[in-house]
Amino acid sequence: MPDGHMTETNRRRFLQVTGGAGVGLMVGFTWTATGRRALAAPAEAGKAFEPNAFVKVAPDSTVTVLIKHLEMGQGVYTGLTAIVAEEMDADWAQMKAEAAPANAKLYNNSAFGPIQGTGGSTSTYNSWTQLRQAGATARALLVAAAAQTWGVPASEITVSKGVVSSGKHSAKFGELAAKAATLPVPADVPLKDPKDFTLIGTHLPRKDSVEKSTGKAVFAIDVAQPNMLVAVVRRPPKFGAKAQTVDAKAAKAVKGVVEVVEIPRGVAVVATSYWAAHQGREALKVTWDESAAEKRGTDAIIKDYKALLSTPGEQVTKEGDVDAVKAAKVVKAEFSFPYLAHAPMEPLTCVVKLGKDGCEIWAGDQFQTVDQMNAAQAAGLKPEQITINTVYAGGSFGRRANLESDYIVEGVTIAKALSDAKVQGGKLAGSPVKLIWSREDDIRGGRYRPIYVHGMEAKLGADGALLAWKHRIVGQSIMAGSMFEQKGKPDNTSVEGAAEIPYDIPNRLVDLHTTTSPVPVLWWRSVGSTHTSFAVESFIDELAVEAKQDPVAFRRTLMEKHPRHLAVLNLAVEKAGWGKPLPKGWARGVAVAESFRSVVAHVAEVSQDDKGRLKVERVVCAVDCGIAVTPDVVKAQMEGGIGYGLGAVLFGAITMTDGTVDQSNFDTYRCLRIDEMPKVEVHIVPSANPPTGVGEPGVPPLGPAVANAIAALTGKRIRDLPFTGTVSV
Amino acid sequence: MPPIKLTLNGKPWSVDADPDMPLLWAVREIAGKTGSKFGCGAAQCGACTMHVDGQPVRSCSTPIGSIAGSKVTTIEGLEGKVAKAVQDAWVKLDVVQCGYCQSGQIMSAVALLTDTPKPTDQDIDSAMSGNLCRCSTYVRIRAAIHEAAKALEI
Ligand code: FES
Ligand code: FES
Repeated sequence: MPDGHMTETNRRRFLQVTGGAGVGLMVGFTWTATGRRALAAPAEAGKAFEPNAFVKVAPDSTVTVLIKHLEMGQGVYTGLTAIVAEEMDADWAQMKAEAAPANAKLYNNSAFGPIQGTGGSTSTYNSWTQLRQAGATARALLVAAAAQTWGVPASEITVSKGVVSSGKHSAKFGELAAKAATLPVPADVPLKDPKDFTLIGTHLPRKDSVEKSTGKAVFAIDVAQPNMLVAVVRRPPKFGAKAQTVDAKAAKAVKGVVEVVEIPRGVAVVATSYWAAHQGREALKVTWDESAAEKRGTDAIIKDYKALLSTPGEQVTKEGDVDAVKAAKVVKAEFSFPYLAHAPMEPLTCVVKLGKDGCEIWAGDQFQTVDQMNAAQAAGLKPEQITINTVYAGGSFGRRANLESDYIVEGVTIAKALSDAKVQGGKLAGSPVKLIWSREDDIRGGRYRPIYVHGMEAKLGADGALLAWKHRIVGQSIMAGSMFEQKGKPDNTSVEGAAEIPYDIPNRLVDLHTTTSPVPVLWWRSVGSTHTSFAVESFIDELAVEAKQDPVAFRRTLMEKHPRHLAVLNLAVEKAGWGKPLPKGWARGVAVAESFRSVVAHVAEVSQDDKGRLKVERVVCAVDCGIAVTPDVVKAQMEGGIGYGLGAVLFGAITMTDGTVDQSNFDTYRCLRIDEMPKVEVHIVPSANPPTGVGEPGVPPLGPAVANAIAALTGKRIRDLPFTGTVSV
Repeated sequence: MPPIKLTLNGKPWSVDADPDMPLLWAVREIAGKTGSKFGCGAAQCGACTMHVDGQPVRSCSTPIGSIAGSKVTTIEGLEGKVAKAVQDAWVKLDVVQCGYCQSGQIMSAVALLTDTPKPTDQDIDSAMSGNLCRCSTYVRIRAAIHEAAKALEI
């Protein structure tokens, strides 16, 4: 956590810096301090206006929203900007988005506590009220400035599409900025009634489309600094191994290689270009101490986990008495889920410039506060001496947020090693270093979605009623040993989506075996629900068939007390034409899941050709994510979640032989391609509730919807993922 | 070693580099044009797609020495009505998410529409299946290619 020095001093420094000449009006977010001037700097005509830490109004009327979350594709530059624009009554064309600096005091994620970071599909959820207030306050100050300038009461002033007007007077925001900057920041400015929204809920073009369609968007891998060096790292072939001997002679002989340094996570080859660094690494000879390494293969790990299914685990949920129920029929199923790599399109990259009193980092940074702390520790500096420039991330899916800040710390430790006076007499000290992971590094680098094994058992009455449900989960904890660990409690990320389900079953037991391994694991788009929802929704579907009921009707009965889930399910099946005839050789499957406070249902249509090959033809999606701030972005996230989830369930797997990862690149770690992408239809449930997650919730119900369609078509239930182990796709 | 001479985005380009150096890294690190991306380095993802003499190639797996004398076009040098139609359609339909694959997608789409002005879904699948998108923007890529084809008809 950043220490207390980061608070007032840094905030003020930040205000001073951003309030520089020609910038405008900007006020600290803590506007409970009523009466404080909007900006310390004297107001001059032609200066911008910064009514709070999130909004800047430039003299040319451009309104810039400082985005505290990482833009990694999920659309925060668009959605968060829309919230401010709405409350300001701005015109969409005048709005701009910009990455906020790393500063937990100003830009923490309130869903995480005092930490700035992006994840858990919380960006809109935690920013909603904060940015509405930021926008409304900015608007109130502009109105107050107009009132004073024109000598009319504020109540007679209206704002529409970025124009402030009253009678014969009218002005653009920029014209009022200098005046507004001198006014006291009001407290408790009323927010709009959602029924008066004019931008939120409408189609708004993405703010990053042009840059990203012309090659101009800057990612960490594109950052250039004078005299920058490029580094790659040779990491251990088995998780938990350590470098024993290093022979760098041949590597150093490669043209362009500048230095080879050992760091805690491996051996770094530093060169004047990526190509030289890559060749240097090929020539590097390292032997490894594998005494503490994971030497099991993934088959052995899964076998070990399955053995645990026969013994009770740590209790997570207990309702009624599962064992006491007398059943007409008992149904059992076991599921297994492999390790999955996130494989974001841009491999992990950062640029680090380390000086004596500070360190500057450029990264598609997802966890600024954690990264500042870890970088500080690695550099021997204080967290407030770490400056992070957050740039666009080429995807993440969770990978860039990790509690050890692995790639950031690698970059910093390399820069630190180069600054040692014993290395080339210290002449490399201070050189900016760009660390690039290759795709092979990414696929083999760990922090996978953990392997999980599930054991399910249900008891049905003679009438088909679901009387009892037992769900046992075995797998590695993501949170263990981290600052987010809740000691003495089962790791919620192992059981979310299973502990609470939207089905009322009188007797229910959920328990958990938490395993350990040197293989590092991590949250992966939708975290626990990647596996729990698959098990729950596949099994419920199977039980419907066992109970001789339609899978939708069976769910509806059990879901009676969950109107939100029911409404989403109903919308999806209605739009999909559930029960209507399909071409020969096609079938439908359905699944519904809540994750990150949103509910999503998918209906998947699957076909089989005469060679037995299956294809997912169409997915109809319904989502309740509260108010859809930018519906087209919500749609895009559902489309993306469907494709990402589909590739994973069809063929995603990281396997290991004797502890060494078998996959290395996209040829062996297969990902979904355009010819495998189904048609997608997205329907959003109208809602007046505050926004909830959209980045992840499209993923969980996709796998089971497709598996259920396959079962309906072929009679085969898929128990072990990926599907390619069971069927041909 | 004499420098390797090519044309990059319409301008003569003389590169002093190891002939085995992939075109991608020569363009990114020597010419300083970073619109073309590194995604796999193994001709598996298409993020590095450039046009060499009008044909889409995976620049990560093209040694610069093997294309001496060629005309190389990157996303930064795209021009003409097909390119404009494609980029306009991309913006109109908000295809991008993280954006990292999109330079490569656009280079492949421009090559497709240059050869096949009215592609079917199947044409799109076969021309675009070498371009991975981990954000799965595929639905919109397909729609945008059709949209661009329509705009080009007029
Ligand atoms: S980087 Fe060239 S195809 Fe992937
Ligand atoms: S837009 Fe992110 S990989 Fe394609």
